[in-house]
Amino acid sequence: MTSLIEVENIGKTYGSVIALSDVSTVVNAGEVTCVLGDNGAGKSTLIKILAGVHQHDQGSFKVEGNEIKFSSPREALDHGIATVYQDLAVVPLMSVWRNFFLGSEPTTKFGFLDRKKGKEITKKALSDMGIDLRDVEQPVGTLSGGERQCVAIARAVHFGAKVLILDEPTAALGVKQAGVVLKYVAQARDRGLGVVLITHNPHHAFPVGNRFLLLKRGRPLGSYEKSEINLEELTRQMAGGAELEALAHELRGVEA
Amino acid sequence: MTVTATAPPAADERLSKPRVMDQLIKRPEIGAMLGALLVFLFFSVVTEQFLSMGGAATWLDDASMLGIMAVAVALLMIGGEFDLSAGVMTASTALVTALLATQLGLNVWLSLLVSLAFALSVGALNGWLVMRTGLPSFIVTLGSFLALQGLNLGVTRLVTGSVQVSGMRDTVGYESAGFLFASTFQIGGTSFYVSIIWWVLFTVVASTVLMRTKFGNWIFAIGGAAQSSRAVGVPVVRSKILLFMTTAFAAWLVGSINILRYASVQANQGIGLEFQYIIAAVIGGCLLTGGFGSAVGAAIGALIFGMARQGIVYAGWNSDWFQLFLGVMLLAAVLVNNMLRRRAERVKR
Repeated sequence: MTSLIEVENIGKTYGSVIALSDVSTVVNAGEVTCVLGDNGAGKSTLIKILAGVHQHDQGSFKVEGNEIKFSSPREALDHGIATVYQDLAVVPLMSVWRNFFLGSEPTTKFGFLDRKKGKEITKKALSDMGIDLRDVEQPVGTLSGGERQCVAIARAVHFGAKVLILDEPTAALGVKQAGVVLKYVAQARDRGLGVVLITHNPHHAFPVGNRFLLLKRGRPLGSYEKSEINLEELTRQMAGGAELEALAHELRGVEA
Repeated sequence: MTVTATAPPAADERLSKPRVMDQLIKRPEIGAMLGALLVFLFFSVVTEQFLSMGGAATWLDDASMLGIMAVAVALLMIGGEFDLSAGVMTASTALVTALLATQLGLNVWLSLLVSLAFALSVGALNGWLVMRTGLPSFIVTLGSFLALQGLNLGVTRLVTGSVQVSGMRDTVGYESAGFLFASTFQIGGTSFYVSIIWWVLFTVVASTVLMRTKFGNWIFAIGGAAQSSRAVGVPVVRSKILLFMTTAFAAWLVGSINILRYASVQANQGIGLEFQYIIAAVIGGCLLTGGFGSAVGAAIGALIFGMARQGIVYAGWNSDWFQLFLGVMLLAAVLVNNMLRRRAERVKR
C-alpha cells in the first residue's frame, strides 16, 4: 500500500534561516502521525508545507506516490488534504449548519439554498462522528472550543478529505474538552483517514498516535513507531531529556 | 396495546417546542420592529395627519428613498465593509444622467444606462481599492466620497456655469423613464410615489439573496471571519467587490428616482446622507463589525427615520428635535446589538 503522504529529507529555508531540514515521515490511511515539538521546533513549517501554504525547497514530498509541490491551500484541498487550524476553523456568528456547508452550499434546482437538506446532512454528519448537537441552527460561537474543533473536523471528513491535518487542536482546551477532541481524532482515523496531529502535549499524542515525529529547532529529534516507545520516554524526549534532569537537580538544590 | 413510535426524526427530544419569544429574540430586526411600532403609535396619537392616507404617503416616501440605500448598505456592512461615498453617489448618478440628457441631448434611457455603468465602475473601483490595499474601507471610501464631491461640483460648474442641472422635462424619453422611476399610483384617492414599490422590491430581493442563497451565506461569512472563509474556498475578494457594486447600484436607483421626479439636481446633494444609511442599518440590527444583520431590519430602520422625520413636522415641533431622537435611537440600537452579539459569541470552554 502506498502511503497517503510521504516526505523524505524535506527542508525549508526563509532567507538565511533554516526553518526545517532533513525531516522524514509517512502518513498512512487509518493511522495517526503525531508531530511533537516545543515552540519554534518547526511543526508549523512542516504542516504549512503539507497544507500548501508554503513550498519546500529540499527533499521530496509525495502524495499517494506522486512527487508534488502545492502552490496554494486550495490545491492541497483538491488533493484531499484538509487542514483544521486552531483559530481559523469556523465563523462564530454563523449557525452550525451554515458553517458546515460554507463554500460548498447545497442548492435546490432554482439556485436557492436548500436549508432543510443542509440542516439534515449537518445533523447526520455530526452524529456519524459521534457529535450530538441539540440544534444545528445555533451560532457556532455558542459551542465550546472543543465542539467547534469537532464541527471543523466533521466538515473535513464529510467533504471527502483523505488526510486531515490538525494544528494544535487541544492547545486552548480544558482537560475534558481535549479528551473529547481526541475521541473525534480517533473517530476520523477509524474511518480510514490519515491524520497528522500537531501538538506539544505527549499525553494527548500518545493515546491516539501510531507514529511520533519529534522536532527540535527545525531538525528531527527522533521518529518512533508506537511499539518502539512508551509515554515516559516520549515525555522525557519532548522535554529535552537530559536537560530536564539537570534542571530538576538544580531545583532540588534550591529546595534544600 | 400498540405503541407507535412516530417521533419526527429531525426533532431533538432535548429541545422543547421553541417558544415564540425565544425565536423572536434571535432575529436581528426585532429591536427595530419594536422601535418602529413605538414611533408609529406615538405619532398616531399626538398628531392628526400622521395616520391619514396622505400622511402615510409622505412618510413612506421619505422612508423609501433612504430605505433603498440603507438595505444595500446593510448588505455591505454584514459583509464587513463601509461605503462613505454612498450618499454623494446618489447625486453623482443623477448628475451624470442629467448632464448627458440636457447638455448632449442624449435619450434619457441611454443616459440612465451610461449613468448605471458609471455607478457600477465606481463601486467596483471602491471594492478593488479596499481589497487591493487592505486598508479599512472607511478610509478608502472617505477618499472616494471627497473625490466624487469635488467632481460633482467641479464638472457641473464647468459645463453649466452654475451648481445645478435642470431642464430634464424637455429631454427625449423623460415621460417613459419618469413613469418607471417617478410616477405615482392611487390607493383610496391618495397618491403614493412609485419609489415605495422600488423600496419594497429591493428589500425583498436583498433579503432573499441574503437568507436563501449561497452568495448570502458568503456575505455573512466574509463579514464574520474573512480568513476562515477564504480557507474553505469562499471567493472573498470577488464577493466584497460585488457588495460595493450593489451599493453603487442602489445609489444609481435613488439618483434616477430623484432626477426624474424633480427634473433638476443640485451638485451638492447627498452629502451627509451616507451616515443616515449606516444609522438606519445599525438600527435595523447590523453590527458595525460585520457578520451579523438583516436587510429587512435596515428597511425598518429607514421606516423609523421616515416616520420620525415627518411625524415631528406634523406635530409642529422644530426639526432640531429629530437629531436628538436620532442620537438616542442610534445609541439604543448599538447597545441592543452588542448585547445580542455577546450572547451569540459567548464561548464555553
